[in-house]
Amino acid sequence: MQRRDFHRLIAGLALTPVLTGKTLAAEWDGILSAAKGQTVYWHAWGGDPKINAFIAWVGEQAQARYGVTLEHVKLASTADAVARVQSEQAAGLTTGGAVDLVWINGENFAAMKAAGLLFGPFAEALPNWPLVDVAGKPAVVTDFTLPTDGFESPWAMAQMVFEYDSLQMKEPPQTLDLLAEWAIANPGRFTYPQPPDYLGVTFLKQVLYGMVPDPALLQQPVDDATYPATVALLWAFLDRIHPALWRSGRAFPANEPALGQLLADGEIFLSFAFNPGRASAEIAAGNLPDTIRTFTLEGGTIANASFVAIPFNASHRAGAQVIANLLLDPEVQARAQDPAVLGFQTVLDVQALPEQAKSRFDALDLGVATLPPADLGPALLEPHASWATRLAADWTARYGAAQ
Amino acid sequence: MAAPVLAGLAGTLFPALSNGAEGFRTLAAWPGLPRASALSLGSGLASTALSLFLCITLLAAFYGTGGFTPLRRLLAPLLSVPHAAAALGLAFLIAPSGWIARALSPWATGWTAPPDLLILNDAYGVSLTLGLVAKELPFLLLMALSSLNAAQTDRAMTTASTLGYGRVSGFVLTVLPGLYRQLRLPVYAVLAYAMTSVDMAMILGPTLPPTLSQQVVIWRMVPDLTQQTTAAAGAIWQLTLVLFALFLWRICEGLARHAVTLWATAGLRAPGLDAPARVLARLAASTIGLALCLGLASLALWSIAGDWRFPDALPRSFTLNAWHIALPDLLPATGLTLAIALAATLPALALTLGCLEAETRHGLSATPRAMTLLYLPLVIPQIAFLPGLQTFALMVGAEGTWPAVAATHLVFVLPYVFLSLSQPYRSLDPRLTTVGRALGKTEARIFWTLRLPLLLAPVLTALAIGMAISVGQYLPTLLVGGGRVTTLTTDAVALSSGGNRRVIGSFALLQMLLPALFFGLALALPRLIWRNRRGMLA
Repeated sequence: MQRRDFHRLIAGLALTPVLTGKTLAAEWDGILSAAKGQTVYWHAWGGDPKINAFIAWVGEQAQARYGVTLEHVKLASTADAVARVQSEQAAGLTTGGAVDLVWINGENFAAMKAAGLLFGPFAEALPNWPLVDVAGKPAVVTDFTLPTDGFESPWAMAQMVFEYDSLQMKEPPQTLDLLAEWAIANPGRFTYPQPPDYLGVTFLKQVLYGMVPDPALLQQPVDDATYPATVALLWAFLDRIHPALWRSGRAFPANEPALGQLLADGEIFLSFAFNPGRASAEIAAGNLPDTIRTFTLEGGTIANASFVAIPFNASHRAGAQVIANLLLDPEVQARAQDPAVLGFQTVLDVQALPEQAKSRFDALDLGVATLPPADLGPALLEPHASWATRLAADWTARYGAAQ
Repeated sequence: MAAPVLAGLAGTLFPALSNGAEGFRTLAAWPGLPRASALSLGSGLASTALSLFLCITLLAAFYGTGGFTPLRRLLAPLLSVPHAAAALGLAFLIAPSGWIARALSPWATGWTAPPDLLILNDAYGVSLTLGLVAKELPFLLLMALSSLNAAQTDRAMTTASTLGYGRVSGFVLTVLPGLYRQLRLPVYAVLAYAMTSVDMAMILGPTLPPTLSQQVVIWRMVPDLTQQTTAAAGAIWQLTLVLFALFLWRICEGLARHAVTLWATAGLRAPGLDAPARVLARLAASTIGLALCLGLASLALWSIAGDWRFPDALPRSFTLNAWHIALPDLLPATGLTLAIALAATLPALALTLGCLEAETRHGLSATPRAMTLLYLPLVIPQIAFLPGLQTFALMVGAEGTWPAVAATHLVFVLPYVFLSLSQPYRSLDPRLTTVGRALGKTEARIFWTLRLPLLLAPVLTALAIGMAISVGQYLPTLLVGGGRVTTLTTDAVALSSGGNRRVIGSFALLQMLLPALFFGLALALPRLIWRNRRGMLA
């Protein structure tokens, strides 16, 4: 508790007018010169060759612009990096840690922040921070309802979109009721990743959004008294569709890539992802047929941001901040949004950018399957992190040992 | 060998018991526990028993006959297939949208879309068990081959057959008892591995609930880290299950011994068993060989496939994209993988030779207790002691460097090198040494000019096995390397979490290449060096 209060105090200080633009600039110069020659170990999920190639490109930029070497530590799961910092803390390693920068959000962030495992606040002192669209994309400072307080810096926006084969389906089902009807009419052609996988839990949260009378309830921690009544409709919905799911609900794909593979193999006709540009990018890479299109639900779908954070004991703190800042550079953001590269949504306020930077975004061809930003529909805020934990545990109890 | 394992175990036991053993309470509250435990026990015991049974059948039916040569050639490449790659290849072969279904659709099956059939991830772990057998049978076979003395076996089989015994009966009664004594520890290692394998279970195993080892990994990865104590308790429970399975196995060993004794005293010649054994052995060997080869071929094809959709039997277009992605990481990762593998395997080889040489010179013999200690790292589930070991390495400040990773690999490589080398070493004809001594040669001279040249083939095989084991290590490399030591396997596993078959295909092939190279050397070098000494190749 004491440590957290201390962090709040520091966070408050960073925003006080004492630190004028000039002192910030001088401070940043110091960070730049300290960063020069450093090697930053960025722990990031390494399961997608497109993302790996993008990170390699960011590394080239960092080397050319700032003399910072970027090493991508490819993880199978972000929890590996979190557990690593945790065991360093347990071993008393307060400096010289292995992780300099980590791709993080949601519960991983909440856990690290609560345990005092993060360096900061640093995000709002980055020179590119003023370009971030804080007003239009509140998710860049609120991570699963938890204020980021400058302990992590955003670098990509994601929103849940459904993907379907337009050859198999004329009218995509844009409400949960239509979705259930379609799934039942087409047995074996829809499924979702098995919770506690994050995309699987996101599907549960999305259904829950459609079931609760007042969505504001989801912004609060789970209340034991009202919880059973709140989720009753969710379980009823799942009970209804499960017999008609892929493999009759007796097996589930492990994660988002496994779900995407089922769509690519033609085993399922309807899928979903946490990246509106994924379908176009996969079509461009030749991994999906070009008849795949995307849609969102009436009433909106869940959206969140991806962040980078710096562990409290990072060996190359200055270099890590330089990378975090570089990730907010309009050129880097525009490249990430290019469906031929990643298809990630930008965290910047494109309209407010200087003309030259803005033109990079205007020039992008979003790809055949990507919805224009205006058609994405409302972006729903992530529920409080306690919902994910509780829903995953209850799903496992209800369906996870069913056989 | 015991020290790092025990240190690691302590590091796992501590969090499991912390907070009033809270981890065990949440473990017990998990509704999937009984089924997951049963799945671990069932698939582990079934796959080990089946592998051993098939191994014995193959040997009994074909050992010493011409039919055995192609099988022996196939062993090395099959052994160098990483478990995850083998599983993925098999999965693509038998899935409803897989290669077999594609080849038969739609002309034979009428399927225009993949059927909704639960073949992979079946509830009883049948796919998983068969996948494990495909991977463990070649290993047991190799271990058996390196334990069998060709001349002795031949004599025993000939004697048995002159007494009217069938091949199977003769093998079981004269060769098997001695062979199994040598094979016992490898079998235990297989049993422990089969029960705790994560990568194969992830791809082929059931999911509702998954096997215990998989669930432990899932708990470890829960983002808010609240399940770490549950994971630790699960790892300890996993260890208990392995010990229980070993106990059950020992009971079965006793029963089997009793049965063989009854068989022998009854004097059953049972020549009628030979024909079915031959059929079964041929069927098993060709099915497994074909399945693994086709699985790998499919991965190779995926690595250059462009558009490849159901029900096309072959890709519509080809691209080198996946290889372009793999190439930049390839050279540094290959170099480091090779360096670590050599740095772990050469000392393991030296230690093994040293031990065995001391045994021979001083007439010592390894006590069962010493052997058990040596094999501890193979029997204790990795997940039960590696996280603890990582904390330990952090405290002494040794982690994050490739020598530290190589040192950890040594723990896993040494037992296998010892396993594969000890029997050929011990079964060297002692009369040769006596002759050497009689001619006034020193012990060192005898070792370098007599024993080592005679053992060239087994030493090279042991080296190749050690390399294959080191190359295949994922968890130890990741945990002790702190993510800074990137090998082909850490890259391959990180990429396979993304499920991209094209990239997985290219990395799996690369991952196979190094061990395959050394297995190839182990086959080719003795032939090259002894091309004028036919007797040395026997």
